[in-house]
Amino acid sequence: MAEISVSGRLHRVAEGDRAPVSFRLDGREVTALAGDSVLTAALTNGRTLRVSEFGDGDRAGFCMMGACQDCWMWTEGGDRLRACTTPVADGMALSTIPVGEGLWPRPA
Amino acid sequence: MATSGMRAVVVGAGPAGMRAAQTLVAAGIRPVVIDEAGRSGGQIYRRPPEGFVRDAETLYGADAAKARDLHAMFDRLRDAIDYRPDTLAWNVAGDMLHVVTDGVADALPFDALILATGATDRLLPIAGWTRPGCYSLGGAQVALKAQGCAIGRRVLFLGTGPLLYLVAHQYRKAGVEVAAVLDTAPFAAQVRALPDLMVRPGFLLRGASFRAGLQAAGVTVANGVVPRAIEGGREVSGLRYRIGDKEHHVAADAVAMGFHLRSETQLADLAGCPFLFDAASGQWRPDADRDGRSPRAGVYLAGDGARVLGADAAEAGGRLAALAALADAGHAVDAGELAALRRRMAMLDRFRRGLATAFPWPADLARSVADDVILCRCENITAGQLRETASAKGAPELNRTKALSRIGMGRCQGRFCGSAAAEILADARGTPLAEVGRLRGQAPVKPLSMATAKGTRP
Amino acid sequence: MKTRADAIVVGGGIMGASAAFFLARAGRSVILLERGLVGQQASGTNFGNVRRQGRYLHQLPLSNRARDIWLRLPELIGEDCEFLPSGHLRVSYTREQADRIAAYAEDARAYGLDLEMLSSNALRARYPYLSADLVAGCLDPTGGHANPRLTAPAFGRAAVRAGVTLYENSEVTHIGKTGEDFVLEVAGRGELRSPVLLVTAGAWGGRLSALFGESVPLATHGPQMAVTEPLPYRIVPTIGVSTPHVYETVYFRQVERGNVILGGSTRGPASNETNRAAVLPDNFLGQLEQLRRVMPGFAAVNVIRVWSGVESYLPDDMPVMGPSATTSGLYYAFGFCGAGFQIGPGVGAVMAELIATGATSTPIEPYSIARFAR
Repeated sequence: MAEISVSGRLHRVAEGDRAPVSFRLDGREVTALAGDSVLTAALTNGRTLRVSEFGDGDRAGFCMMGACQDCWMWTEGGDRLRACTTPVADGMALSTIPVGEGLWPRPA
Repeated sequence: MATSGMRAVVVGAGPAGMRAAQTLVAAGIRPVVIDEAGRSGGQIYRRPPEGFVRDAETLYGADAAKARDLHAMFDRLRDAIDYRPDTLAWNVAGDMLHVVTDGVADALPFDALILATGATDRLLPIAGWTRPGCYSLGGAQVALKAQGCAIGRRVLFLGTGPLLYLVAHQYRKAGVEVAAVLDTAPFAAQVRALPDLMVRPGFLLRGASFRAGLQAAGVTVANGVVPRAIEGGREVSGLRYRIGDKEHHVAADAVAMGFHLRSETQLADLAGCPFLFDAASGQWRPDADRDGRSPRAGVYLAGDGARVLGADAAEAGGRLAALAALADAGHAVDAGELAALRRRMAMLDRFRRGLATAFPWPADLARSVADDVILCRCENITAGQLRETASAKGAPELNRTKALSRIGMGRCQGRFCGSAAAEILADARGTPLAEVGRLRGQAPVKPLSMATAKGTRP
Repeated sequence: MKTRADAIVVGGGIMGASAAFFLARAGRSVILLERGLVGQQASGTNFGNVRRQGRYLHQLPLSNRARDIWLRLPELIGEDCEFLPSGHLRVSYTREQADRIAAYAEDARAYGLDLEMLSSNALRARYPYLSADLVAGCLDPTGGHANPRLTAPAFGRAAVRAGVTLYENSEVTHIGKTGEDFVLEVAGRGELRSPVLLVTAGAWGGRLSALFGESVPLATHGPQMAVTEPLPYRIVPTIGVSTPHVYETVYFRQVERGNVILGGSTRGPASNETNRAAVLPDNFLGQLEQLRRVMPGFAAVNVIRVWSGVESYLPDDMPVMGPSATTSGLYYAFGFCGAGFQIGPGVGAVMAELIATGATSTPIEPYSIARFAR
């Protein structure tokens, strides 16, 4: 499947020589680098991390140090993770939009 | 009392926490050190993940030697301490610190709890500040230092404080286009602060050289800026601002903003430390004596989490807090060392006063935020909703305002709206800032997974 | 400054604020005294359950009366306090408890409460996120929840609009009776007088009743409350575990904004000396265990805040409500045993009726303070 080209919000200015990590972002197979946070991984491949719950649009993190909590993402499987403090890992499947019915709350 | 049996817990592994741990180890104690990060260093001396290659000079600039020294010291300490990285200290109840590591809870009893919890950016809302592309100054620095990334192609730096110039300088050095550096503080304030800032000529000179370097590279560096709005649609496109009567516009695809720093005081609050209103900064801080001893027995405060004095003061404060804990436990403490550290703290405190004069918190800017601007990023509460709660619902202080309006009730617990909310509330009520109080800390200090399992008790 | 009224109400929780409101509507002049701010204690910190199901049968008439008020809040006090009648579901892990729930459903019908028993299969079909270990459930489609932080203050403001004089931050330091009048000394307000005194002082009510020779064995506890981050709105009814084991009794409700409010399991300590109540970390972690047990999907999400408040309990789990047995003109409504929120507006209406007319059509005899007299 052809990769859709989306320019990232963050761009790398150093430390480019690291092993690649493959993960999925909103259904696209994309690549980051070992040592990236989920935030870096998602925002070098996309523009946003989440949608504000209260109708004021997209968010892409803010403090990057685990204080503002404005970068909590959903995984495709319905788990939550704080993008700025979680290292990206091979095979992760991240979503910038909330999960559908059946994933929250997950069936017992 | 046999001090070797003293149960000491240090929260934070930045300069204050690391020096506190070192001082305790030197006295024959094996402290527990709780670090929310995966690697020690705190924010200022944050270590990039394994596999990153930039050297200390690139990462820490003129502080490279200090960083190397601290990291090496702490690495040597590893066998002498119970170091717990990736661990959240989420509550203090009685004489127990409650932590979670890898989803398992643990309760740590303590005789001495040294809180070295650091600081985060102090923010105030500006129209459009929730747009993607807008980050805190500290956040912009973390992206560069710990991830080798810039937050945009053309980055605007807005706010006040020494970090404004430092991060702009670091971005420029990394080859990122700096759109402008816009300081809300008037230049006259920086001149007025010179006598106090002169106590640290090296530091002062470095700040001046950042500014000069940016200007020499053709970057607009302006003082007395009144930001009007961060513009754009779904993305940041620039900033509209005013200087005097003149309107300006600068194009940028990212904004890094911050107005100096605020202490992380939740654990001190949960531990029951009394707080004092500090009129100079317009903030509440946990009460402590000059060594960091709080009135709450067994709780000590060090570093920027106690009071924002910077990294060098954090090192001294970490040592002092550990010495205070040792002295209180009946341990002999070197009077000469104590006196030297106190002198150093006094000098650094004078420098802090200088910084407060040079980069004042723009209270008027916070108070004049328009009604339709989002104040609480978490809950999407506007400044107007806060004002309405203050007047129509008669909320006299911040916690009542929180209960009735949800301001500060979201995931961040008021870290990023609390300062401005206090100003707006005081303004709406016509009362002094101190009278509207402060948002009480509530556990958990950070969001806690509901999968958290009870651990085994020591 | 107003120093005399037809009635003085001491305690500005949901009981006092609504009683003051209904008294003013009945044409009485009222002073409402609150030591702190209206609705700050148990009224503002509870779970927010607007439920009739599970209450003592003898309390259902009062609960029904309250329900009518909840449905009319916008008309009565100008706001809905986020009341959402989205249903109230009780579930159980054991057959024995399911039988008890079913028997209750049978008995409650006579009081106008129509409950629907659900088999484990029906539960699975309607609420696939609930534990497969549940053997039965019982739904009250008319139940629901509201925002306790907003409710008592809304009644307080409505009371003021109706003519009530509200004094906040006004602690009563002394109460005496001179002739027909109660004489109250109030910090910062001087001496206030009234022929009628209503004590709605929650955990502090026992101190005031003791002044009139009516001691009650009032105990204080703190509810262990928590709230999750905002999540997509999917859990419609308020859901609670029905069990004889206190540690298993967790309950939760999702507000339309998305946060899930969590409560139950073991209670924590609370003090009516310091006015503080604590969430004990151990209780909280135990509560999480029980919440994961009833809804395993909770394991995926985060709690962002915990809180407690000072609630008061009596040994028979029933409130003190009605006239004093020793002193004419004196009335009580306190000690609601962690179950006062839904009935609160009804309590206010009943107390106002009792004071204004000398009688009430709603039975409250079981709650007489005289039951503690020796």
